[in-house]
Amino acid sequence: MIRILTKKTLVPKIKEYVVEAPLIARKARPGNFVLVRVDPKGERIPLTIADSDNGQGTITLVVQEIGKTTTMMGTLEEGAELLDLVGPLGKDREAPPGGQVIGFVSGGLGVAPMYPQTKACYQAGNRVISILGARNKDLLFWMDRIEAISHETYIATDDGSFGIHAYAAQVLEDLIQKGTRFDEVISIGPVPHMKACTNVCKKHGIPVVVSLNPIMVDGTGMCGGCRVTVHGQTYYACVDGPEFDGSGVDFDELSARQRTYLSFEADSLLHYQEEMEGKKHQCALNPAK
Amino acid sequence: MPAREPKQRSHTFEEVALGFGVDQAIEEANRCLSCKKPKCVDGCPVMVDIPNFIEAVRNGNLSDAAHILKEKNSLPAVCGRVCPQENQCEGLCIIGKKHEPVAIGALERFVADWEAAHIDGSSVVHPKPFGKKVAVIGCGPGGLTCAGDLAKMGYRVTIFEAFHDTGGVLRYGIPEFRLPKEIVDREVNYVKSLGVEIELNMVIGKIHTIAELMESGFEAVFIAVGAGAPVFMGIPGENLIGVYSANEFLTRVNLMKAYCMEEYDTPVITARKVAVIGAGNVAMDAARVALRLGADEVTIVYRRTEAEMPARLEEIHHAKEEGIQFQLLTNPKQILGDDKNRVCGMECIRMELGDRDEGGRRRPVPIEDSEFKIDCDMVIPALGNKANPLLTRNTPGLELNKWGNIIADEKTGATNIPGVFAGGDIVIGAATVIEAMGAGKRAAFAIDRYLRGASLDAEEELSGLPAEKQGA
Ligand SMILES: Cc1cc2nc3c(=O)[nH]c(=O)nc-3n(C[C@H](O)[C@H](O)[C@H](O)COP(=O)(O)OP(=O)(O)OC[C@H]3O[C@@H](n4cnc5c(N)ncnc54)[C@H](O)[C@@H]3O)c2cc1C
Ligand SMILES: Cc1cc2nc3c(=O)[nH]c(=O)nc-3n(C[C@H](O)[C@H](O)[C@H](O)COP(=O)(O)OP(=O)(O)OC[C@H]3O[C@@H](n4cnc5c(N)ncnc54)[C@H](O)[C@@H]3O)c2cc1C
Ligand code: SF4
Ligand code: SF4
Ligand code: FES
Repeated sequence: MIRILTKKTLVPKIKEYVVEAPLIARKARPGNFVLVRVDPKGERIPLTIADSDNGQGTITLVVQEIGKTTTMMGTLEEGAELLDLVGPLGKDREAPPGGQVIGFVSGGLGVAPMYPQTKACYQAGNRVISILGARNKDLLFWMDRIEAISHETYIATDDGSFGIHAYAAQVLEDLIQKGTRFDEVISIGPVPHMKACTNVCKKHGIPVVVSLNPIMVDGTGMCGGCRVTVHGQTYYACVDGPEFDGSGVDFDELSARQRTYLSFEADSLLHYQEEMEGKKHQCALNPAK
Repeated sequence: MPAREPKQRSHTFEEVALGFGVDQAIEEANRCLSCKKPKCVDGCPVMVDIPNFIEAVRNGNLSDAAHILKEKNSLPAVCGRVCPQENQCEGLCIIGKKHEPVAIGALERFVADWEAAHIDGSSVVHPKPFGKKVAVIGCGPGGLTCAGDLAKMGYRVTIFEAFHDTGGVLRYGIPEFRLPKEIVDREVNYVKSLGVEIELNMVIGKIHTIAELMESGFEAVFIAVGAGAPVFMGIPGENLIGVYSANEFLTRVNLMKAYCMEEYDTPVITARKVAVIGAGNVAMDAARVALRLGADEVTIVYRRTEAEMPARLEEIHHAKEEGIQFQLLTNPKQILGDDKNRVCGMECIRMELGDRDEGGRRRPVPIEDSEFKIDCDMVIPALGNKANPLLTRNTPGLELNKWGNIIADEKTGATNIPGVFAGGDIVIGAATVIEAMGAGKRAAFAIDRYLRGASLDAEEELSGLPAEKQGA
């Protein structure tokens, strides 16, 4: 049932999938994510619902290949099926009622999870100012999509190979300096990006919302593995978030927790690559399984 | 009951208890006095006809024995293995007053395993369910039992399960070496053979609400979503790397099979010295799993004494045999981390037992200035589970108690919403497999009455199916 209808390579190692999932499409709201499994022995990984179409019964996922599961997913072609898809999970995020100035600041892949919120905010009649940041010009995508739902769009690259030569957070700072008055800023991307945007907003007293991406297992509040600290209190990102008030987030704790399995993940990817070349691995603790 | 050698078993996930052979089973059955007023039955939440099934074992009529068991207990292979028998059936066995009680659980397991090995259940043709549609939420023991019983009465039942696999805690919580997943599969297949449909990956409250299920044609709903929210202590250091809730640790290892990292992708940290906090079944399981993953030393840290430990006796006994250490009368104060945010120890304080609380248990109180440090690089709080709010939060109008458990009638499982029933851990708090099954059974009865338009509170024998429906 969970068929991949279309698959597009947006930039190297970032792919866009349109997946048949009518029940999820019916319920998907900005801020929601799904959990995906692609292999019977594989992990459950969270992916944001980057777009959904209730009429067509589809959802869109944009996936960056960084480890084994995302790389395996990358080998699935149009017509193939995902093994498991659960969702929509996470809190719905209501768009401001209208008439406000909202900044959307993405870093890297963050454009995709940012899209549904930007769209909702635009449709609700707010002034949308989008800032897209990426390491270099080869990693930029969905600029046209964002431009279509923004009143102002700024593109920045870390190395200056396209657009403004700066981090996205710096562009935000400059806009504020030049007099743009944001009612709220939403920042999505890697932890350093969100931390930098939060610092800018805090300095200017602007409310800032970030989308946290800790490691998850069940996505339903059952394991507590996704816990994050916000304003000194522990929350489960999968059910209490993933969006939180950036000004209270303990980003350093989040970064550390994201790195929990670094060495395992590297091994896992290596094994996978070896296996693709024909080597076999077997369980030592329970050989029967 | 015979068990695998502690030295050998503490490194594998193969089942620890080996179960009786036929001769041993008959010998044990011979010890039963076939009491006229069997005390043991009072101790069993589903009132298994214990003397009669044991009598059948004694006479070598094992298929009769299986039949008698299944009249009251649809998962005997599971209950024989995981029931806290010493507090239930065996705890009241008359022989237990002077000697070892009859090993009712072990006999139950023996019969169920014998049946699985000798009787081909697949040849039994079950009539296709007809009639009204019922939705069951959660595929743990409570949901499976309710669904199976309703299907036998002819209802069309769909179970909705949040995970990508069946069984609830039987699969993601209780480890393979205590309850082989083959047995869970067997029981689930049986329920499916009755015509029950199981829809996996469906988080009710998100993808469908209960109201939507009822609008779409389900005329009654049974909620059995379990407890499933971890309890932390609220002490400093709990978010360090290397602190796992028992739920996360066990889910990674059992459901996602992290114990087999060569083949499965979900990782789990391997530690040198592990401290497990708490002394219930969940704690024993976490400790024994940590040992099997290769820890050099695993310690149970518990604030009371051995007499108060809530785990099954057999698990405590097995844990000790395997070399699990016990730090009793000890309470954690904070978990210590290194510069990489990883656990490197735990500060604890010694406790003593003080006055009795309302429940009659002596309250542990800290001894002043008795702080000391435990060396460890992993900490697993295993303090039980509280109600997971995901479903209840998205079900407006459903009455909850102050802990977030659903308020449901003890006899029928009826909630304040007509047609919505609930049972198992989400109602009574973290409890036992057999209690969840009992609740599922009672709810199946009540749902049948509800759908036939009969009064719910009529005093009806809750122990078996109405005669006209038996054999269906
Ligand atoms: C709410 C949420 C939404 C997300 N949305 C997207 C998205 O739309 N597109 C996208 O490409 N990525 C998204 N991610 C990140 C994505 O889940 C990880 O990149 C993915 O799990 C990596 O798996 P892997 O096996 O390929 O890599 P691995 O080598 O296993 O891991 C690489 C890194 O990814 C993170 N990670 C690993 N396992 C998990 C896990 N089970 N849960 C969360 N993070 C994990 C860790 O920080 C790890 O160091 C999201 C994460 C969260 C929490
Ligand atoms: C580690 C551990 C060891 C234990 N050992 C023992 C033992 O030895 N003996 C004993 O008697 N008891 C033991 N218990 C307790 C026993 O397992 C539980 O009391 C019992 O499983 C409760 O059954 P249940 O059907 O109410 O719920 P669960 O078994 O918790 O099943 C609930 C199911 O509902 C699903 N679910 C949750 N939310 C949703 C939703 N919104 N939509 C759809 N599905 C959902 C869950 O994924 C799960 O599969 C143990 C518990 C644990 C955690
Ligand atoms: S179901 Fe449990 S309590 Fe009842 S007889 Fe069997 S082992 Fe004992
Ligand atoms: S109380 Fe003990 S001896 Fe009596 S019937 Fe029950 S198991 Fe047998
Ligand atoms: S992922 Fe398990 S509680 Fe959030």
